[in-house]
Amino acid sequence: MTQQQPKPSSIDWLTLVIYFVFVTAGLLCIYASVYKETHPDIFDTSQNYGRQLVWIGISVFIGLLILLVDEKFFYAFAYPIYGLTIIMLIAVLALGTTVKGSSSWIEIGGFRMQPAEFAKFGTALAIAKFLSGYNVKFTDKKIQYVSAFLILLPMAIILMQNETGSALVFASLIFVLYREGLPGYFLFIGFMVAVFGVLALLVPNIYLVIAIAILAGMFMIMIRRNRQNVLIVIGAGLLMMVFVSSVDYAFENILQPHQRSRINVLLGKEVDLKGAGYNVQQSKIAIGSGGLMGKGFLEGTQNKFRFVPEQSTDFIFCTIGEEYGFIGSVTFIILYMLLLWRILYLAERQRYKFNRIYGYAVAGILFFHFAINIGMTLGLLPVIGIPLPFFSYGGSALLSFTILLFIFIRLDSNRLNELRGAFE
Amino acid sequence: MDNQIKRYILFGIFCAVAIIYIIRLAVLQLMDDTYLRSAQQNVLQEQTIYPARGLVYDRNGELLVYNDAIYDLIVIPEQVKNLDTSEFCRVLGITKEGFLQRFEKIKRGVGYAPYRPSVFEKQLTIPTYAAFQEKLYDFQGFYVEVRTDRKYRHSNAAHIMGYIGEVTDREIEKSEGYYRMGDFIGISGVERAYEEVLRGKKGVRYILVDSKNRTQGRYKDGQFDTPAVAGQNITLSIDQKLQALGEQLMMNKVGSIVAIEPGSGELLALVSSPTYDPNLFIGRERGNNYMRLLKDPSKPLFNRPLAAPYPPGSIFKVIMALVGQQEKVLYPSTSYGCAGGYHMGGLTVGCHPHPAPLPLRGAVAVSCNAYFCNVYRTVIDNNAYPNAEAAYKKWYDHISSFGIGKKLGVDIFGEGKGFLPPSTYYDKVYGRYRWKASTTISLAIGQGELGITPLQMANATAIVANKGYYVTPHIVKTINGKPNPNPEYQNKHHTTVDTAYFDVVIDGMQDVIERGTGRIAAIPGIVICGKTGTAQNPHGKDHSVFFAFAPRDNPKIAIAVLVENSGFGATWAAPIASLMIEQYLTGKHDTRTYLLDRMLKANLIHKNDSTATQTVQY
Repeated sequence: MTQQQPKPSSIDWLTLVIYFVFVTAGLLCIYASVYKETHPDIFDTSQNYGRQLVWIGISVFIGLLILLVDEKFFYAFAYPIYGLTIIMLIAVLALGTTVKGSSSWIEIGGFRMQPAEFAKFGTALAIAKFLSGYNVKFTDKKIQYVSAFLILLPMAIILMQNETGSALVFASLIFVLYREGLPGYFLFIGFMVAVFGVLALLVPNIYLVIAIAILAGMFMIMIRRNRQNVLIVIGAGLLMMVFVSSVDYAFENILQPHQRSRINVLLGKEVDLKGAGYNVQQSKIAIGSGGLMGKGFLEGTQNKFRFVPEQSTDFIFCTIGEEYGFIGSVTFIILYMLLLWRILYLAERQRYKFNRIYGYAVAGILFFHFAINIGMTLGLLPVIGIPLPFFSYGGSALLSFTILLFIFIRLDSNRLNELRGAFE
Repeated sequence: MDNQIKRYILFGIFCAVAIIYIIRLAVLQLMDDTYLRSAQQNVLQEQTIYPARGLVYDRNGELLVYNDAIYDLIVIPEQVKNLDTSEFCRVLGITKEGFLQRFEKIKRGVGYAPYRPSVFEKQLTIPTYAAFQEKLYDFQGFYVEVRTDRKYRHSNAAHIMGYIGEVTDREIEKSEGYYRMGDFIGISGVERAYEEVLRGKKGVRYILVDSKNRTQGRYKDGQFDTPAVAGQNITLSIDQKLQALGEQLMMNKVGSIVAIEPGSGELLALVSSPTYDPNLFIGRERGNNYMRLLKDPSKPLFNRPLAAPYPPGSIFKVIMALVGQQEKVLYPSTSYGCAGGYHMGGLTVGCHPHPAPLPLRGAVAVSCNAYFCNVYRTVIDNNAYPNAEAAYKKWYDHISSFGIGKKLGVDIFGEGKGFLPPSTYYDKVYGRYRWKASTTISLAIGQGELGITPLQMANATAIVANKGYYVTPHIVKTINGKPNPNPEYQNKHHTTVDTAYFDVVIDGMQDVIERGTGRIAAIPGIVICGKTGTAQNPHGKDHSVFFAFAPRDNPKIAIAVLVENSGFGATWAAPIASLMIEQYLTGKHDTRTYLLDRMLKANLIHKNDSTATQTVQY
């Protein structure tokens, strides 16, 4: 078989453009969040932004390499890659360097990296390969157990490294399982209850009722409007509204005051200046002070003067919120949604099951990072330290997200060749 | 379910989360501006620039009050690192327990935050400050803030100066944002009355700080900063030398001296005895000293000349003489006999032996009780009025126009009204229309219910000196070189008695000094007009009272002296007044050493304790 190089026209340029926009914007945000008048040079590798620039270079280079690799490689080497990342994870447990209480780092030639980041695409590849196997049906109990094992193994090791956030990310592969046959209500009900339960304590109920109504409306548009479906959507919406209203009641009347207080601090409603409440409070102040238009590049005082801890890594969204305001934040969210939609769209048009499953895994992982990270920054979710893909400072994360995404771009770029091959 | 549909369901979930986040963003960024304000509070540190408080001079330009730097030790708890506690305690001169206590106290304070500066120790002594300054680098998280406190160059005039202290919560509230916790404010005397003049205007500097409270530069290059404006300097009308002499003369005596420049109403001296050192009210011991002075049975904090009412005694006869003439019931030639006192029915007001009968001038000179009882009777029983009540009301108005029975409006706090009984007072005691001249006869000689403050006595003296008017007595002559802006301190208040009636009374007062009861006050070469008084005191020995003005033509000083429980006016009050007049007019007070010595050595309160000093020196 001849090496099949992707033609420029067969690469999904929209995905690629969003990737570059994100990486560039991320670099500017990191620059803004650690900016000092004394170190204005963006190429200064003694600073986070300088190092991030180097990592962007490395990531783009490896991304290009991936585009040149034979697409069969990923299918063929899915299990070895998975195995390698598992070995690295175990190695970290033994040899790892502890950074900020998490022992998930490994030093290789002066570079520190987090194998947990690479385990994400390793696991995505393995699960795609496993479920795309000939005659594999997800309804099979054995298949379900093996799938669960493939996901839970890296998760467990990472949990042992004290990296709760990274471990949770693997839960996002439930989206893949759902696509491949896991009953949908599992996913849906659990997710909705969790999200709206938390929101009910934070946001005035009226907003939630509106949100539920909008959501129900969207389903109405998307689903086939037969009588049964319409009734399900309306019923679910109403149930959700009742649930949202009852959470507040339960919270105020059933819990003891000190229990309420703890939850409030966790939710950022009560300010606990010494603990995690400080981060969230400062994060909300930074974002809230951005207003509609934002303060402008390098004008964010909360960022510049280090009020938000972990500004360039987990709380990078504060910089967007403060310097680019509501418009910038919403633009970012819409762009992110566009990327996710594009990945799902591309996944569904794949001829190979492997490609499709991998695409869903990519979308799931990216969404999970987005939801947890922004939710935390906005004070809607507890502080769980996971990076915002393509934005947060950190070489391992950037490189692993790049590889994750570019493997999918490579797989997708072969779609036309497949067709051509089929008809030639 | 169709697998294609799942894509939409998944994406629906993604979008639901995205929409929730957008709503949240809208709440944070568009609907709630508390975050914007919090952000400003985060980074903008408003630093107060304290202005220098205005200086205070005496009428001759001698500096009385200035500012002195004080050093507060400030701590930012979060920044305290690697502290050698024992060394720190040694330098500061505190114990380990004291160290921990201070930290506990700071933590319990209002608005405490580990990243905010808190006062660790107030007002370090200069040696401690010096020692500390050398070691500052070893004590991370601590620094010294410089503020100013008052310093009084002389240890007198405490009641005039007043003092400053930290503002109370109520004052902070009342000031609508001017004062902050720990600011100084004038609490009494000139410091309080002229607080707004003296304090100046605080400046503000906006500093950008980072999360560790480290300075990151000026906010917008300081375009919103305002500089501090120093307080205005004040020149008192007080003559420091005269004031000092007055306090010296009043040592070991209880009483007051008030000296006024008659033409301008400027107070030249205002002595309240016993007194205290104003420097007791600065520094770390302020609170303790205050408590001690407050508990002192001799009441050094009480501002007697302004607040304490006394029966004026014989000096009131001068006013009676004027009112009688104005009411046309008394003429310079009017004579009354004196058979050892005033007798009317069963009532007798005694008098001392003197030639009789006398005309008005002579009656003033010898201070004849019978004479002025007759004057009072003719005023109250005057047929021009339908009844005694109407006549008394007229009399009341006359007396009142001399500034008696009301607050004059002096510019420092603590002034009392004294007491001039209105007709309704007697209505209450005797019933309406059931009292007459004889019932209230003791008013004629300045006794009875009358209560007059030494300030009112001095003011009445100034009225006689001015022949019919006074300018409200005041203590601040100029503010920043310009005359006191209060128009009250320029206006002349005319009495109801015409100028023409004053000469004969003044003649009598001159006689008092030249051949009457006040001969001891005479100074060669200066024409003094005065009047002695011996105010009967129901609670003990009589008060020695004297008032005078000099020189007779174009008077420069009007003075009232009252020495409590010390006997005749001529014994103590008159010599003291005489020495004061001499000091003010000639700049000397030691020409009559025998008199000076006798006054200085006299101890009228500590009878068995010759070492006691009057000025409280803790």
